[in-house]
Amino acid sequence: MEPIIQVENLTHTYGAGTPFQRSAIDGVSFQLQQGEFLGVIGHTGSGKSTLIQHLNGLLKPTAGRVLFHGRDIWADPKKIREVRFRVGLVFQYPEYQLFEETAARDIAFGPKNMGLDDAEIQRRVEEAAAFAGLSPDLLDKSPFDLSGGQKRRVAIAGVIAMRPEVLILDEPSAGLDPAGRSELLQNIRDYHARTGGTVVLVSHSMDEIAENVQRILVLSRSGVVMSGTPHEVFSRAEELKAVGLDLPQITKVAMELRRRGVEIDPAVYTVEDLRRSLLLLRGGGTGA
Amino acid sequence: MTDIIRTENLSYAYPPDEGKEPIPALAGVDLTIEPGSFVVVLGHNGSGKSTLAKHMNAVLLPTGGRVLVDGIDTAEEESLFEIRRRVGMVFQNPDNQIVANVVEEDVAFGPENIGVPTEEIRRRVDESLKAVGMEDFLLHAPHMLSGGQKQRIAIAGVIAMAPQCIVLDESTAMLDPSGRQEVLRTVSWLNRERGITIVLITHHMNEAAYANRVIVMDHGRVAMDGPPREVLTRSEDLRRLGLTPPPTVELLDALREAGWDVPLDAIEPEECAAAISQYLGA
Repeated sequence: MEPIIQVENLTHTYGAGTPFQRSAIDGVSFQLQQGEFLGVIGHTGSGKSTLIQHLNGLLKPTAGRVLFHGRDIWADPKKIREVRFRVGLVFQYPEYQLFEETAARDIAFGPKNMGLDDAEIQRRVEEAAAFAGLSPDLLDKSPFDLSGGQKRRVAIAGVIAMRPEVLILDEPSAGLDPAGRSELLQNIRDYHARTGGTVVLVSHSMDEIAENVQRILVLSRSGVVMSGTPHEVFSRAEELKAVGLDLPQITKVAMELRRRGVEIDPAVYTVEDLRRSLLLLRGGGTGA
Repeated sequence: MTDIIRTENLSYAYPPDEGKEPIPALAGVDLTIEPGSFVVVLGHNGSGKSTLAKHMNAVLLPTGGRVLVDGIDTAEEESLFEIRRRVGMVFQNPDNQIVANVVEEDVAFGPENIGVPTEEIRRRVDESLKAVGMEDFLLHAPHMLSGGQKQRIAIAGVIAMAPQCIVLDESTAMLDPSGRQEVLRTVSWLNRERGITIVLITHHMNEAAYANRVIVMDHGRVAMDGPPREVLTRSEDLRRLGLTPPPTVELLDALREAGWDVPLDAIEPEECAAAISQYLGA
């Protein structure tokens, strides 16, 4: 399968030539497969946001390349607009960027810019609202009369309405309460399952990444330090700790159990997995 | 000893949209917060927790009942300074509460406003920045700091007013895990070493572990109130109130269901593992 996005040796330097010069990402390479659900994790300042803003051409690499369907997105700078329609980016706290009179018009903004006709725009708005978990009766309201969680769904729907091939979400659940968080992530999982689209989830919550994605990219100090399935990544818990990342609570319990001589897979990260391995251990005859 | 904060049948409704009935955000809250305590207030969005916080230093005034801060009724307009001097507030967005271009000036803003003499301001600024571990950033520009550092500057600005109580209204919500840790460690230290009362409004369940009392709000009322170990182990109640119990409690719950003799209140990962290995070794 051909990767949908390839990042090659990407470097981005802010404030080049000034005393504040700093490389936010330095020599990053990775591939994003078609239909994949990728998680990107790293502490603040690790370069997560800088990296994803290159994927749809909001930032131009200082060095290196970003390929979309095998083609350098900056090969023809006039076509960068088209890349932005096809690779949708939902920023952190996107609700601050709503501006239209009604939620429906805000969601329609992207499709309108794509030059679609009214009937198609209408279809897209309804479809996107459903994916984002917005009930139809909210669409005629002013976005400013909606709750924080609803506003965020409007902003996400605005990107989904462009039917991007790749949907990138930067901290989509930040600031939401636990119920709002798990509902929104369920919506994103459903979107991924139903459309077969490629989804990139950026988060600094290990638990959130662990429960949702197929593959994890760990960033630290401007570079990729790990890449693999959640199980592979969490089996390197000590290294994760060393780069300042918090481990899922359950992984911490498993590590501590091992330290205490309990023979258990330390890479488990869900309650259900740890429960199952503990019960197996007990049933497996470690004595009564 | 007078309670630092006391609410009596506190009700509040935000001004309604034209032609609509007001919806109560708080509906009869009776609480007393004792000096020196560390209280975490949890609740889903819209549960009333932030509205409650804003009553604790007269940012909002009750539409029913009353709030006493160190015995002073918050409805007494002429006592506003006295109230705010006793209870300081740190808000959610680190970018919305910094007023100066230099860290030390930002911290000095509060004491300057209440007419503290210059030498005393100097002393308070230095001491407050030290208390939040930001003394090396005295002359830095606040906008160049991280979110966690900005919140610590905001806390220093509050400490410079020498308050008895600090209310943090979702002040950790916009921070990353390390920024959240910084803030929590700072307020725990202030509580332990300085005896400052802390009221922390949050929806991060794991922050409750720092407190000695946890209050859960729901529909403008107090739904749960007790020590963390007692509140956090009531999984069913927490779920019903739109919150998630800690994963350690969920695990222990599941193991107990399978007949394991493990305690439910081993909330921290280390104690959870210790309890399980003890059971397995027994």
